[in-house]
Amino acid sequence: MDFTFTEDQLLFQESVRDFLVNEVTPERIRASWETDGGRDPALWRQLAELGLTGITVPEAHGGLGMSALDFVLLAQECGYVALPEPLVHSALVAVPMLSAIGGELAAQWLPKIAAGEAKVVVGLAQNLVVEDAHIADLLILQQGETLVAATADQVVLEHNESIDPSRKLFTVAVRPVATTVATGAEAATLIADALNHGALGCAAQALGLAQRMIDLTVKYTSERQQFGKPIGSFQAVKHHMANVAVRLEYAKAPTHRAAYAIAAASQPRLSRPRRIARQAGGVRGREPRREELPPGARRDGLHLGGGPAYLHEKGLGAGEHLG
Amino acid sequence: MDLVFTEQQNAFREEIRSWLAANVPAAPLQSFDTAEGFKQHREWEATLNKGRWGMVTWPEALGGRGCDLIEWLIFEEEYYRARAPLRVNQNGIFLLGPTLMEYGTEEQKARILPKMANGEEVWAQGWSEPNAGSDMAAIRSTAKLEGDKYVINGQKTWSTRAVWADWCFGMFRTDPASERHRGLTFILVPLNSPGITVRPIPQLDGLPGFAEIFFDNVEVAVENRLGDEGAGWNVAMATAGFERGLMLRSPARFQETARRLVELYTANRESADRDPAVKDAVIRAYLDAESYCLTTYQTACRLNKGGKIGAESSTNKIFWSELDQNMHATAMSILGARAELLPHAPAAQGVGNWLDGWLFSQSGPIYAGTNEVQRNIIAERMLGMPR
Repeated sequence: MDFTFTEDQLLFQESVRDFLVNEVTPERIRASWETDGGRDPALWRQLAELGLTGITVPEAHGGLGMSALDFVLLAQECGYVALPEPLVHSALVAVPMLSAIGGELAAQWLPKIAAGEAKVVVGLAQNLVVEDAHIADLLILQQGETLVAATADQVVLEHNESIDPSRKLFTVAVRPVATTVATGAEAATLIADALNHGALGCAAQALGLAQRMIDLTVKYTSERQQFGKPIGSFQAVKHHMANVAVRLEYAKAPTHRAAYAIAAASQPRLSRPRRIARQAGGVRGREPRREELPPGARRDGLHLGGGPAYLHEKGLGAGEHLG
Repeated sequence: MDLVFTEQQNAFREEIRSWLAANVPAAPLQSFDTAEGFKQHREWEATLNKGRWGMVTWPEALGGRGCDLIEWLIFEEEYYRARAPLRVNQNGIFLLGPTLMEYGTEEQKARILPKMANGEEVWAQGWSEPNAGSDMAAIRSTAKLEGDKYVINGQKTWSTRAVWADWCFGMFRTDPASERHRGLTFILVPLNSPGITVRPIPQLDGLPGFAEIFFDNVEVAVENRLGDEGAGWNVAMATAGFERGLMLRSPARFQETARRLVELYTANRESADRDPAVKDAVIRAYLDAESYCLTTYQTACRLNKGGKIGAESSTNKIFWSELDQNMHATAMSILGARAELLPHAPAAQGVGNWLDGWLFSQSGPIYAGTNEVQRNIIAERMLGMPR
């Protein structure tokens, strides 16, 4: 029983955090809102140079071959900076699905994804709209009980504007030329796995985002003076913040447990999830429900930020697209 | 990360499980806040100690098993799963015990810990005073060193288990010129000392779980001082850390309550489902108990590798006390009109001991440092907000 991350995992988290905090500033995110696609190809190249686009791509296909457990702390950091690029979507949902589909499709696309030369997104029946479909070179889409793969030229996109300028959302119509990649039970398994992976990605990003909200709000309430004092010195304000910190503290371990369960299920050397669940007795994994996860952090962050928090330039709004 | 228990950990679980199956009394003991129940619980502590299960984390020389924190959590899981009696000596084994390990002399450990482990000496707390509750640094009770004795005068209150306990531990002002947290000394006091008057305080349930303790020129040998004179605050903070942290309220207690809540919901499903919020509350309680368990395992693994527990002991305290309140409030909703009935009332079928638990859960946000004070600690020490 060892419920800790390795030195390597923690060091990787630290270096990715340093990179993201320096590079993915609120200013850079806001600047991307003014561009056509709303995405930053230079940033994607930087992520590829760090190996992040190929982090979960098997080594045989030119990636780092890492697991959800290796990636979960990095997903938290993506949430911390509210990274608009679809890294978590790609690394945690699309790449594992493509690897599981295997065959020619995987051999053709995974090396390009690892190199940062191609992007793949997944759209399931649950998704009213598909995020980042406009920059995808390959789309894996659910049609009824079937999964199809379509290249960019095989889909017709219709933009759906969101309140959050960082969210790029599309209704996707597939031309009949798309390739069927899985049907029936096989497709159902791929879809169920993708939903679990997606829930983990949302939860991990929400942990980081909630931490960012706390950090920004602590800073603001420590500086903002009313009644001749920083408003953060008032207990009414402190206790809001403490409540968020408590909920956040207890959301971490279940998220890490879920990452372990997903990694264990997808790697032969660890593939004993049932046995683990049984042996672990009380220590069972669960997928945190997305809506519980920045538990009150955004609401309280917005409230304690006062009027300015409602303005885009204050930064809190930059995380809106993850909420 | 490897969340599989080792062979040794599984064997340990099997051992405690079969011992408990053979030894846990079939009928529940009476409340330890009654004279008879206190005696029964003291006997149970002796039984536990005979099996060397009194305090498994203690060294073998002191009657323990030298277990690490993971084994401690396993022990607790099995203990609550077996619905074994509550620990009458919790003030001793969970709070003073670890403090003695850290600050006690070898003589004190050898003299005090074995009798604590076998229930021969049950401990009460002597922290609060009428004007020193959340603000513990306002303590006024004095201890004056005269030769090889302290002479103690003053009053303690809300002393848990003091009605029938044998000893109490607490802080006293040894430097009359001192203020706040300076000049306080941690002293262990035999409750049968001449000059002590113990006055029971009846709780909401009518039982005296607390007492006031009056000290009138009580003489205590100097060897009962824990830590240095004037260093009481630091010693007490260590004890409070154990109280809010891992020891006093391990996750197994709340997981067991969560399991009982699911049973209660299942048994009353038809009426409970008339309010869809009840089902959500049951699920939420179960998940929160799991989160507490996972978080505790994560902390324990970190501590096993040499990490330290800091302000997160304050997040623990808030989380478990509010979880306990939520679970019991949900049980009250499920019981509906039966919720207020005492278990012997004719219409009280299936009420179990939820009412007692609900009353007790109301004290959770107060004892071990109020949740309001914990929130201040989190905001200031964990988040760095201005004072």
